[in-house]
Amino acid sequence: MSDHILRLDDVHTDIGQYQILHGISLNVPQGGVHVLLGRNGAGKTTTLRTIMGLWRARTGAITFNHHDITNLHTSDIARLGIAYVPENMGIFGGLTVAENMRLATHSDRFDADRLDRIHDLFPAMKKFWDRPAWALSGGQKQMLAISRAIIEKRDLILIDEPTKGLAPAIIEAMIAAFREIAQDTTILLVEQNFHFASSLGDSVAVIDDGRISHHGEMADLVADADLQNRLLSLSMSA
Amino acid sequence: MNKQISALFDRIGGVYALPIILMVIALPLVGSFPTWVTLTVAGLGMGMMIFLMASGLSLVFGLMDVLNFGHSAFISFGAFIAATVLAALAVWVGADNWMLNLLALTAAVGAAMLFGLVAGWAFEAVIVKPVYSDHLRQILITIGALIVADQLVLVIWGGIPISVPKPAFLQGSFIIGDVSIEIYRSFAFLVGTIVFTLLYLVLNRTRLGLLIRAGVENREMVEALGFRIGRLFVLVFVVGSALAAMGGAMWGGYQGLISGELGSQVMILVFIVVIIGGLGSIEGSLLGALLVGLLGNYVAFIFPKLSLASNMLLMMVILLWRPYGLKPAIKR
Repeated sequence: MSDHILRLDDVHTDIGQYQILHGISLNVPQGGVHVLLGRNGAGKTTTLRTIMGLWRARTGAITFNHHDITNLHTSDIARLGIAYVPENMGIFGGLTVAENMRLATHSDRFDADRLDRIHDLFPAMKKFWDRPAWALSGGQKQMLAISRAIIEKRDLILIDEPTKGLAPAIIEAMIAAFREIAQDTTILLVEQNFHFASSLGDSVAVIDDGRISHHGEMADLVADADLQNRLLSLSMSA
Repeated sequence: MNKQISALFDRIGGVYALPIILMVIALPLVGSFPTWVTLTVAGLGMGMMIFLMASGLSLVFGLMDVLNFGHSAFISFGAFIAATVLAALAVWVGADNWMLNLLALTAAVGAAMLFGLVAGWAFEAVIVKPVYSDHLRQILITIGALIVADQLVLVIWGGIPISVPKPAFLQGSFIIGDVSIEIYRSFAFLVGTIVFTLLYLVLNRTRLGLLIRAGVENREMVEALGFRIGRLFVLVFVVGSALAAMGGAMWGGYQGLISGELGSQVMILVFIVVIIGGLGSIEGSLLGALLVGLLGNYVAFIFPKLSLASNMLLMMVILLWRPYGLKPAIKR
């Protein structure tokens, strides 16, 4: 139990009159990349938003680093050490790359070593440092969103479909970057691209209709074609 | 062809050049250089007063998506409170000493702004906070609050228009050759420029400003980065209300005679400015306000019968050209 950074216990979430999560229970171990897979509308994004407090869990409990965060304000959850990269990236288009990054620092100052590391991971961030973010390409915006999540030490990063709409070459660069980031941070990744997810994931949970239908090691899922077909055939692309 | 025109437009300054383009177009139509200067300074001064009233509303609209029709109550109260203070300090107002004049004006505008700060805080907590994310209720409750505020003005100051004493140092005009420039409007332009510069510096050079600009674009993401947007909103609402009261105080001095309808009448111009400037943008509000001020003065001189419609026409043309306004805070 103690090596789990995040625990969801029987979490139910409604959006308006619709119940989206029907009792999600999930343990995310400390360190590594943990993947949430599932078809469109299964509840993956809702799970991440519920963890961040952007949508409230009706019942159930969410624990992060032994803190009960179920009813905390989103900003307090973020300050406990969780970064969130939403599906739409959440980039502030009217701000420059530098300003977007500054906003993600709580001290309003950059740690030189972390900034160097980000520039090594994503050289475009250095090149376009003073450019307005709206002028970046889709891939560069995703790089900015991820850079913002790691500009300061975070214990957990929630990332929602980072490869959506990206070119294959950029996806390969992302895989390398995520491997590097996961060395000192836990990543909970929502993804539909099975190639991307299986290249990175240590563990995997599959959501179907607002419930966890499978939980195990990613290597086991990759090795078992029947299991893949049974769990993922409705939605995944190789 | 369109691309060439667009490139040329961008080279000469883009939307920032619009007030200057308007001034250049107006010169031959006005026909007389001294008259044109008088009208231009009058339009810039009027524009800056409208900017003071519009800037807060634009930020509130952009930051929290709140449609506050009650904004004009702060304008009305600002004007009446300033008029009352000026009347009470009539000796200073009329003294042949610009220091005493300035003290009286500072006290009047300061009292109006203090009211804006306190009433804005109460208005946000009691009227606006319960109806976040519900436009219909926002419209209904803020219009209701506006009606109550207008009635309070009638109860306190009566239904008869009251005159606003103008400090002696702001009366009359500068005469330079054949050109006559009204001192009060020049002063209003100066005050508006100072306020715009301060707002611009806060928004573009401080972390608080960075948070406000980010919040205008994506409130949820600002919270996900660890900041309480609600507290930021209260601050912006309170400052916006104080600026509206300050604008009302300045507008009252410009009108000379004010009645309970002042806020509602000016609010039409304020909404036009916010819409054509682009939501949540201080620079957009300034551009919109200058265009409204200049066009209003030029048209009233050249085509008096069109003066009432001119700002509506301006809004239509700009929205057909740029549906999100001249300088929207959110880049799409």
